[in-house]
Amino acid sequence: MSLNSLKASTDRGRAGDKIFSGISLAAGVLILAVLFSVAVFLMVQAAPILSADPAEVTGGEGFAAYILPIVIGTIVAAAIALIIATPVGIAVALFISHYAPRRLARAFGYVIDLLAAIPSVIYGAWGYIILAPQLAKGYAWLAENLGWIPLFAGPASQTGKTMFTAGVVLAVMVIPIITSLSREIFLQTPNLHEEAALAMGATRWEMVRMAVLPFARPGIISATMLGLGRALGETMAVALVLSPGALGASLIKTGNQTIAAEIALNFPEAFGLRLNELIAAGLVLFVITLIVNMIARFIITRHKEFSGAN
Amino acid sequence: MAANQTLQRRQSQLTRGRLPSYAIWVVVAASLILGAAISSLVGFSVVGWAIITAIVFVLAATIVTAVAEGERKAKDKLVTFLVYGAFLIALIPLVSVLWTVLERGVPGLSYNFLFTSMNGVTGAVDNQAVEGGTPVLGGAYHAVLGTLQITLWATLISVPIGLLTAVYLVEYGAGKNLTKAITFFVDVMTGIPSIVAGLFAAALFTLLFGPGTRTGFVAAVALSVLMIPVVVRSTEEMLKIVPNELREAAYALGVRKWRTITKVVIPTAISGIASGVTLSIARVIGETAPILVTAGFASSINWNVFSGWMSTLPTFIYYQILTPTSPTSPDPSTQRAWAAALLLILMVMLLNLVARFVAQIFAPKTSR
Repeated sequence: MSLNSLKASTDRGRAGDKIFSGISLAAGVLILAVLFSVAVFLMVQAAPILSADPAEVTGGEGFAAYILPIVIGTIVAAAIALIIATPVGIAVALFISHYAPRRLARAFGYVIDLLAAIPSVIYGAWGYIILAPQLAKGYAWLAENLGWIPLFAGPASQTGKTMFTAGVVLAVMVIPIITSLSREIFLQTPNLHEEAALAMGATRWEMVRMAVLPFARPGIISATMLGLGRALGETMAVALVLSPGALGASLIKTGNQTIAAEIALNFPEAFGLRLNELIAAGLVLFVITLIVNMIARFIITRHKEFSGAN
Repeated sequence: MAANQTLQRRQSQLTRGRLPSYAIWVVVAASLILGAAISSLVGFSVVGWAIITAIVFVLAATIVTAVAEGERKAKDKLVTFLVYGAFLIALIPLVSVLWTVLERGVPGLSYNFLFTSMNGVTGAVDNQAVEGGTPVLGGAYHAVLGTLQITLWATLISVPIGLLTAVYLVEYGAGKNLTKAITFFVDVMTGIPSIVAGLFAAALFTLLFGPGTRTGFVAAVALSVLMIPVVVRSTEEMLKIVPNELREAAYALGVRKWRTITKVVIPTAISGIASGVTLSIARVIGETAPILVTAGFASSINWNVFSGWMSTLPTFIYYQILTPTSPTSPDPSTQRAWAAALLLILMVMLLNLVARFVAQIFAPKTSR
């Protein structure tokens, strides 16, 4: 091989190197650009609503009066979901990491992952057709016996398509998220800590409480926050399960609405200002979930740096 | 007195003060009977029996342990029962969903359902099917085609971008601030609500091509926003576990960095990458909300992703349930919806299985 041909191939290689590193850099920057443009495009499309005549906005009292009830509805639905899903999700994670027989633990993990794989519209259909009629019986009982609590004020919905049902369906969808993240953290607990606790005569629960849970606390918090992000943004389950209406305190009456479901139910037929209004609602949802997710991710990264577990 | 002494001698120091192993079965039997008794007082049902038995069992077993073995052991037992119970509770919706979809989906899953669209199927046709007892007409062929086309385009957009970004993160950008920013925002992107991704695509194409632009391609862009972060994350993980020795060996032979990446690093990690991509497809194939706001809804076959409204399996299910074709007799629509749900679950499960299969069978042989 002559010197020239060697040089020629080197040059071609160098060009290839530059092109390849260039396009991979471009791809990375493109992702940042996409996220940025999500925010920008939503803002551009949402802007007309701020200058619009308040009477023209749905409800006739301006955008703030329109968005506030559905923001509260979104938060209530997500709160119900988290109240149910957090203890169950953490307990299931503990079951898989510390309680289940070793050989079966992996299989159980797959089973819980299956819950996450089922499309949300199928959960919605299931909640609409199976779960809601079942819960409706319970609602009638609640309204009769605990009706003096505003949360359970009657008359109970006959179909069961209420805020509480939506919260239960959301909880089912959030459990696998909380479980899989907490499980990862539980498994990272230093073995020496666990063995030390057991050697001191601790029972299994005392070992979990003294060694596993303190170690995993930041992880559990961020898992819950990510679950919250999912519950806030979930659309189909709520759109199918809840029959929407005005904001109200009762969880077992027809009524309330979430942002995501409001958009999904109305966007296909919307035009003109209504379109801007729904995009503005989407922007509000985007900002809320962005904040929740950023806090969660911040906790995870901060934890990673000093835990030494990774 | 003598018998008592023998008994004490036979008990080991380690097991002293503990309940014998059969004690738990005694408590189970007792709570089953008590549960049956209480539930027959309120009005017997198998579900009620199971719930009351479970509560009675947890309480009784805890109290028995507390009396015989002490408070600490009792707490341990209680938590164990609760943890096992939580797992069983989490299984209930899974089993219920799968059973419902199978039970209601199988009758509707026919050749006719798979290979005809909803074109020309009106409320009158459905009414006739209910009154005359004839088979339900109409199917999800158009929705299956729509799902496949939109998912294909989303994959074509996401995989190159996601793969190259992961390559940048692992091979070129280690330690840089840009890398940290990309990693952080990719993580944040995984949490974007799917409907917001749909609105973004809708807003983008409204600005570019005028209001009301709804095509399959807009939906594919929306799905890519959801898919890219998943592809980046999984590919990044896979590239990170490629041993550095392989890269160093390639460099030592004088191979260029980009040739090392394309010929050594990526082939080594390809099984994991392929499995990650498959999982990301499984994730977006079931998305409904972004399709709803970007591709509209169609009842006939559309082969062109760049023009005209399009239907996918999830939106098909949604509309068949929420707005039945025939408002007076919704049963045919419900049947079609469950058949489509079964089809969709089969697709998702198949993708998940393929992903696991690919990851296990073609995994690189490492020395570890």
